[in-house]
Amino acid sequence: MFHRESGVFKTSYAADMALYPLPVARWAMAFFAVLFVFIVPFAAGEYYVSIINLVLIAVVGALGLNILVGYTGQISVGHGAFMSVGAFTAANLVTRLDAPFWIALPAGGAMAALIGALVGIPSLRIKGLYLAIATLAGQLIIEWTINHVSWISGGTQSSIEVPRPSLFGWQLKSQAQLYFFLLAFVATAIVATLNLVRSRIGRAFIAIRDQDIAAEIIGINIFRYKLLAFAISSFYAGVTGVLYTYYLGVANYEQFQIDVSIDYLAMIIIGGLGSVLGSIFGAIFVTLLPIVIRTFMETFGGLLFSAQDLLNVIPNLRLMLFGILIIVFLVVEPEGLNRLWRNIRNYFRMWPFSY
Amino acid sequence: MLDFDWQFALLLLTNGLLIGLMYALIALGFVLVYKATDAINFAQGEFVMFGGIIAAAAVGLAGANFWVAAATAVIVMIGFSFGLERVVLRPLIGRPIVAVIMATIGLGAMLRGFGPLMFGAETHPIDMPVSDDPVYLGPVMLPPIQIVGAGVSLVFLAAFTWFFLKSRMGIAMRAVADSQQVAMAMGINVQRYFALAWAMAGIVSALGGLVWGSMLGVDVHLALVGLKVFPVVILGGLDSVLGAVIGGLIVGVVENMAAGFLDPYVGGGTKDFAPYVLMIAALMVRPYGMFGRRRIERV
Repeated sequence: MFHRESGVFKTSYAADMALYPLPVARWAMAFFAVLFVFIVPFAAGEYYVSIINLVLIAVVGALGLNILVGYTGQISVGHGAFMSVGAFTAANLVTRLDAPFWIALPAGGAMAALIGALVGIPSLRIKGLYLAIATLAGQLIIEWTINHVSWISGGTQSSIEVPRPSLFGWQLKSQAQLYFFLLAFVATAIVATLNLVRSRIGRAFIAIRDQDIAAEIIGINIFRYKLLAFAISSFYAGVTGVLYTYYLGVANYEQFQIDVSIDYLAMIIIGGLGSVLGSIFGAIFVTLLPIVIRTFMETFGGLLFSAQDLLNVIPNLRLMLFGILIIVFLVVEPEGLNRLWRNIRNYFRMWPFSY
Repeated sequence: MLDFDWQFALLLLTNGLLIGLMYALIALGFVLVYKATDAINFAQGEFVMFGGIIAAAAVGLAGANFWVAAATAVIVMIGFSFGLERVVLRPLIGRPIVAVIMATIGLGAMLRGFGPLMFGAETHPIDMPVSDDPVYLGPVMLPPIQIVGAGVSLVFLAAFTWFFLKSRMGIAMRAVADSQQVAMAMGINVQRYFALAWAMAGIVSALGGLVWGSMLGVDVHLALVGLKVFPVVILGGLDSVLGAVIGGLIVGVVENMAAGFLDPYVGGGTKDFAPYVLMIAALMVRPYGMFGRRRIERV
């Protein structure tokens, strides 16, 4: 309907390489930019902004995991642990050295990238199942180490309080202020990922995913690119961990246990493997699902369950729905929500003259 | 450690061996499925938990005695595994291995939510008809429940070894594991054997649920036992019944020794940690395990 490829003439290399070559896509992006910068934070209440903030944090992590799983075809069940590495690095820097966020955040990401690459080393020798198990081991070992080395976590089962980041001397106090802080990182992460996957590195990742032997033969250094995929992906995870720590105000190892790794896997499967837009859809879906379930059950669940039972029902229902959704999407629509969106878009492309 | 406590070490060792046999039982479910269908079951721990929950529910809600509950658990788990193979795993045949892994991870999450949702989150007991008084064997004290568990494991391991070596179905299943195409050409109904493998995993998981459930009590934490399956099968080899036993014994002994000797120094938790360190080492050196079939792949 509005989406026309014809009549778009590219007369320069810059135009050819533009991220959004179609005018309609650029208008849509401008619309979203205006929506998210000028309308959403002022129209939504504090509670809704805090939910949007959670979604924004999840988007960064989902993008990172999708680079590894969706684009490079390596699996990681240890992303929760990489997030905790980032979170605790930043928390220690902030509390011990009084580091500002622009040091703590990249440092957390870099440390996570380092650990992630370390966990990814076995990916040279092993893949598929073995890699999944190795990253699972990584998750458990990192979790244990952080919990038991008191120099990192301040003692077993304890948590570190982290003040909100401050910008030019102002501390970000309200959710709306935090929203702009997070939005900047999310926008950066999205653009960075979009550009990464169409660059030399991204194409190497995709080649490894599609056929690793062929990739090696055409001269891609598999070891290097697999490690790079782990490092980049873990960097995103580390940044997610730092952002989440800033959001909550505490770093605690319990926030990054194995169910977090599974949540993020669910995001990219439901959203769509190997797609930036899919990561965003998945992050929105998986973050909102428990909130929707809770709201729904608090409103209507009282008819079926007592208040005591509800506390038990909500998290279990969430877990069960997650499992079912992962399976359904894997079996029925492996390309996820992104594919559904593309189907809708393609239908309307020629509408009403499609045949 | 100048005055090394031999008696303590011996106690840890025997205890570890018994626990190890019980791990082997659970790992067997994993190995059976992998051997026959090449599918990886990341939800093995949840299978065990689900088997335990059904047995506990049969005891608690229907007031059945232990044997009826055991039979119920086995039957339900067989039916469940059949259905699972049909609905989830069959459509995933031929898809990347990552898809199967993630499907079973999803399955695990589903079961972890479903179990407590249906039957309540509290810990349910399963009372095995054995006494609680420990058995003294020289200087070593053994809880009878572990002896029963280890015994059940041994019986089943022997039965499955016989099954794979001698019985017609077992040989057919080995053929399927070896090469699905050739097996099909020889007139073996491959899909039937896939279903059979899952059903057998269901039986083993139900028994694992009974044994572990009566030792630890049945709640959602029972699924954590499944996390031990991976070190066991990686050490022993993914497609080897014998490997599951040896791997189970090693993991059982290592975690008990670590818990006994290291925990006082590092503040606990080594029990869950040590097997994984061992496993990482094994993965780097010999990823196909001690008795696993070697697949050479150089990329």
